[in-house]
Amino acid sequence: MTIDRRSFIAAAATAGAALAAPSLVRSQGTAEPLRLGLLTAKTGPFASGGLDMERGLHSYLAANDQRLGGRKVELIVADTGGVPSSARTKTQELVERERAQVLMGPLAAFEALATDDYMRARKIPVFPVAAAEDMTQRKANPWLFRASSTSAQCAHPLADYCAKKLKYKRMVLVADDIAYGHEMTAGFQRVFEEAGGKVVQKLFPPLTAPDYGSFLAQLNRDADAVFLGFAGSNGFRFIRQFNEYGLRGKLALVGGMTALDEAVLRNMGDEALGIVTVNWYSAELANPVNAKFAGAFRKAYGYDPGFYAACTHVSASVLDAALEPLKGQPFDRESLRTSLQKTNASTARGPVKFDAWGNVVGNVYVRTVERKDGRLVNSIIETYPDVSQFWTYDPKKFLAEPVYSRDWPPARNLAA
Amino acid sequence: MQFWLTQTLNSLALGGLLLLLSSGFALIFGLMRIANLTHGALFMIGAYVAASVARAGWGFAMAVVLAGLATAAIGGLFERLVLRRLAGNAQAQVLATLGLSFIAADLCLVLWGGDPIPVSPPAFLSGPASLFGFSFPSYRLAVIAVALVAAVVLYLLLERTRLGARIRAGVDDMPMARAVGIRASALFTSVFCLGAMLAGLGGAFGGPMLSAYPGLDADMLPLALIVVILGGVGSLMGTFIASFIIGFVYTFGTALVPDLAYVILFLPMILVLAFRPTGLLGGARA
Repeated sequence: MTIDRRSFIAAAATAGAALAAPSLVRSQGTAEPLRLGLLTAKTGPFASGGLDMERGLHSYLAANDQRLGGRKVELIVADTGGVPSSARTKTQELVERERAQVLMGPLAAFEALATDDYMRARKIPVFPVAAAEDMTQRKANPWLFRASSTSAQCAHPLADYCAKKLKYKRMVLVADDIAYGHEMTAGFQRVFEEAGGKVVQKLFPPLTAPDYGSFLAQLNRDADAVFLGFAGSNGFRFIRQFNEYGLRGKLALVGGMTALDEAVLRNMGDEALGIVTVNWYSAELANPVNAKFAGAFRKAYGYDPGFYAACTHVSASVLDAALEPLKGQPFDRESLRTSLQKTNASTARGPVKFDAWGNVVGNVYVRTVERKDGRLVNSIIETYPDVSQFWTYDPKKFLAEPVYSRDWPPARNLAA
Repeated sequence: MQFWLTQTLNSLALGGLLLLLSSGFALIFGLMRIANLTHGALFMIGAYVAASVARAGWGFAMAVVLAGLATAAIGGLFERLVLRRLAGNAQAQVLATLGLSFIAADLCLVLWGGDPIPVSPPAFLSGPASLFGFSFPSYRLAVIAVALVAAVVLYLLLERTRLGARIRAGVDDMPMARAVGIRASALFTSVFCLGAMLAGLGGAFGGPMLSAYPGLDADMLPLALIVVILGGVGSLMGTFIASFIIGFVYTFGTALVPDLAYVILFLPMILVLAFRPTGLLGGARA
């Protein structure tokens, strides 16, 4: 017997429908929990931030009856150790074995890059913590929603603040010798120099430099201030050694978004007082979501939430808000994505919405370290509302230029 | 002028710290032929113990003593309980030390958390000192002094004491040393304790400069390896000299050509390995 094409297609379609039907029925019948995977680093050098990521998310879920947009959440946590290859394995495990439907993390940029092609191919909605610029610019993944910021998103307004409010004319930029440090200083330099300032020196100590002595000795003393583009514990160590060398009071310090995080502040003393930093968050923010979050977090863990805890907390708020209109429907990634693109959520950092590249447009805060109730806090002194990753530049032109790096934009005012 | 002076002092301070770090490594390597990869972890444990003790308000001197004792005990137990069972299998011993370093790093993370912990120097050394009209951290000057004292003490220990004579005999020819009645077992344990203690002391003295943080072990271990390879296996004097050479090379390298910091750091090691595999002062022993 011969089968003509038409009847073959009909048969195949029937078979397909029959196969698909049971799962449809099942997901409509009972309220299926949302399977949320968290990629974090609970061991290795990033463990401090990684643990905070988990705690921030736990905090949100605990305050909301373990539900997001009315759905019960089943949280699966994977420890990458901060290692790219392991981040990739764990991502696959979360998606294939644990059937995670939405992911948060990973923490570090190189982990995000190592998992990028897989996440794209599997079309998993993901909320990263990593800040690499091109993840939401020239190489944007349509399934990625970054509620924190790009490397330079906070550096732009800080540069504006340094030039216009603090009236700095000449600055030294010091940052970790990794893409994050390069991108942050590049963004800072661009805005600072366009506002009339001059970057007279740029230093990039190796990420694992145990000692900054040789860098401190060559800081340009004629500058008004030093910008610190450090991550993790490096800013903390730099500032301690800066004071050790008797430089405190001779050169002002300002810091990027991870230079004086709450996680680092709790181990610092008076040497941190008065340092101005920038971030999209502070545990001191007075909005109702954060008042609740920071209070509960402090009560549960005994310290203030910082960058990493806020990152997952804010992402959970956004996911919650985006799932809200989809209540009662079976989980569908396409409709979640559409909803995320339209969302305007109230979060611990203030209102959050996304641009066409999946990056947050939200408030950025200039803060200064003060002592309050016996502990050091980042008090807010200026708010830049609705800051985009493109600052005030036209996105088209911005994207036509090369990505921020060590050498771009070129530094034209370096003192010999 | 000020630049050169400051950087010279920086080099000496880093060299001093490297001396404390590497001399223990060199002792163990010279006698037992084990590249003790736990050395970075022991340094880190020393820094953490010192941080905790100093934080508890017991003073910096106590912090240094307890850090040294704690790491000596860990080293001794490890040698007795693990390395002893793997005697004669150098490869397994090195792997065991690597394994222990991972375990130690994770235990530190559990015990002290992931945040960096500062170690307060003694109060009288906490500010900058004024030298020829510019300021330099007084603590770093103290580290240079401590390192020089440690070098002299170690030298006297090896050259003028019975234990030192035994160690030298063991380094030169272990079977012969055994034949004349030196108990290798006790010798190995005491040298391992001593080496581990030096690492812990290095960590305690390094604490106020570097702070205690996860990853400190991995930052320090390569530096110890470079120094020991450069100085020559089994030569304590070579280790002393190499510590300061690396201190200068690293400090001036990062100051003058920061982009090539690591190239400059590892280049001397590669050159030595290529042209003088026994190290600067390594003897041409059979």
